[in-house]
Amino acid sequence: MAIYVLRKLVFFLGAIFIASVAIFLLIRGAGGNVAAVVLGKGATPEAINALAHSYGLDRPLFVQYFDWVGNMLSGDLGRSFRTNERVADLVTARLSVSIPLALSGLILGLIIAIPVGTYAARNVGTPSGAILALVSQIGVAVPVFWAGILLSLLFGVRLGWLPTGGWTEWSVSPWGAIRSLVLPVLSLGLIMAAVLIRYVRSAVLDVMNQDYLRTARAVGMTRTEALLKVGLRNASLPLVTIVGLQIAELIGGTVIIETVFSLPGLSRMMLANVAAREVIVVQSTVMLIIIFVIGVNLLVDLLYGILDPRVRSTR
Amino acid sequence: MTQTNPGRANALEVRNLVVHNSALTAVRGLDFTLPAGGRMGLVGESGSGKTLTALSLMGLLPMGWQANGSVLHDGVDLVTQSDKALSSRRGRTISMVFQDPLSSLDPVRRIGFQVSSVIRRHTQASQQEADRQTLELFRQMSLPRPEQLMRAYPHEISGGQRQRIMIAMALACYPQLIIADEPTTALDVTVQKQVLRLLNNAVQERGCALMMITHDLPIIAAMCDMVAVMYAGRIVEIGPVAEVFRTPRHHYTKGLLDSQPTMDNIALDGSSRLASIPGMVPPLQSLPKGCAFHPRCAAATEKCRTTIPTLEGDQRRAACWHPLGAEAAADAEVKAQ
Repeated sequence: MAIYVLRKLVFFLGAIFIASVAIFLLIRGAGGNVAAVVLGKGATPEAINALAHSYGLDRPLFVQYFDWVGNMLSGDLGRSFRTNERVADLVTARLSVSIPLALSGLILGLIIAIPVGTYAARNVGTPSGAILALVSQIGVAVPVFWAGILLSLLFGVRLGWLPTGGWTEWSVSPWGAIRSLVLPVLSLGLIMAAVLIRYVRSAVLDVMNQDYLRTARAVGMTRTEALLKVGLRNASLPLVTIVGLQIAELIGGTVIIETVFSLPGLSRMMLANVAAREVIVVQSTVMLIIIFVIGVNLLVDLLYGILDPRVRSTR
Repeated sequence: MTQTNPGRANALEVRNLVVHNSALTAVRGLDFTLPAGGRMGLVGESGSGKTLTALSLMGLLPMGWQANGSVLHDGVDLVTQSDKALSSRRGRTISMVFQDPLSSLDPVRRIGFQVSSVIRRHTQASQQEADRQTLELFRQMSLPRPEQLMRAYPHEISGGQRQRIMIAMALACYPQLIIADEPTTALDVTVQKQVLRLLNNAVQERGCALMMITHDLPIIAAMCDMVAVMYAGRIVEIGPVAEVFRTPRHHYTKGLLDSQPTMDNIALDGSSRLASIPGMVPPLQSLPKGCAFHPRCAAATEKCRTTIPTLEGDQRRAACWHPLGAEAAADAEVKAQ
């Protein structure tokens, strides 16, 4: 197990290193003169040079790269060109929206998908199983933003139960914050569930045909008991991988949902900063998101090692 | 081999057992009795319905399959029991050893846990007591380093050891009947004999009945006192092993016996040839009329093509219109006259 963890850690660090170089080169190298980009058309060469010099942008690229990485490692993500705010502060403020949104969306997706997918697997070939398959198929086809708009129309406009958009700070009113998150989480979670149901269904179906499930029954379990006690643990193995992959999908979903519901989350901040040509903010935030995604994948690999003894000893 | 104890009820009384799904009938009316502590071999080619018969006795038929008829075991009719009622018997009064021990064990649970949880399920034993009994079972199965084995996972041990674990699991609660479905087919030849010997001894010590499903006739000869030969979902011949194998009455039984390789007929230089039964097992959806074996049988007559023979006789029964022994007997009579 120790070797397994070590290997995964090395891969984790390697992937982050490659990602950081790629982001840096894409934004700094391919983007041309950063200072000119920031200042926009009509800036005098003197102004551009002055800005470049004050931010150290006139130094060689690799010096700038190591400078950036070194600062990131010590927790300094840089500052905004325009407002001079620290990127770290900007990001932390936004995480109080984005993390609850993404996490609750994922959890809701799982809470719906696991029982429904298992039920669908047990009822393959029956009308109820077919209806479930159809509904989840439709759910997969529905774009997240459309689901968000529909939900907002129904619960926000027609019924007036929940706000159609906007954000109340946790510090102002926790209840208000939760209320503004309900519809976004619902749209994200339902779409997530639709995708996951199909994976849960096929994972459970696969397990149901395994010999060890028959053995579990042969030593005294009922059909249901065997499925719950032996089947789900085994079915969770492929699902862990799928959920890990869905994390990236989830972040894409938050970009759209935060826009639809005008939530001041991390994804929307990114979009705004891309539009405002805030090179440093974009670069550091993208890096953070990448570290998060790769980190989740590391976690998935480690979890896989815990759940499946075969992975530990063979890889 | 094993004496039947008249004081105990039969381990199994099967009457007119039929196993079918919506389209096919795979087992078409079985009748046999397995006395307490008795040992019966069930032989036949693939597709003859052996495994479905075994699974129907356990109430473990695959989705869509259904059993009819009656199977008396321990005072109840297994066919009419609910899954819940059957589950309290499975592993306790009746258990089963499957063909492939690797795929039959839960890959993500420790072996010790898998065996001890069977004991805990069916008895009042504490975890400690169940672990102790599990260790004892491992020792009986001659498994090396039983303490370490408790904490091992199925993929970490050999195929022979896995099958011995499966047998230990099946024996854990002293069942009245063990069904072993091709227990050595998936194993290396070198360990087959050892696993069979351990199974044989364990069954003998406990006095539990054994139903051995295989197409390996020498195994039946060594381990069983009764044999039932199945063909296309029916028993075509049944009786004491020694008699059936020495003087088979059904042409199919004789064909099976003749196609067993021995040191004499296995020479590969062409000087001696291993006999085989011509043709193939008919598919279930298009069984021939009359005796299902008639297209492959040299002795088939018009009667065989139209009318299904029934199992005739007492101890020795064969479902054939032209049984082998009878011919010889008739010939002898003619000569005598």
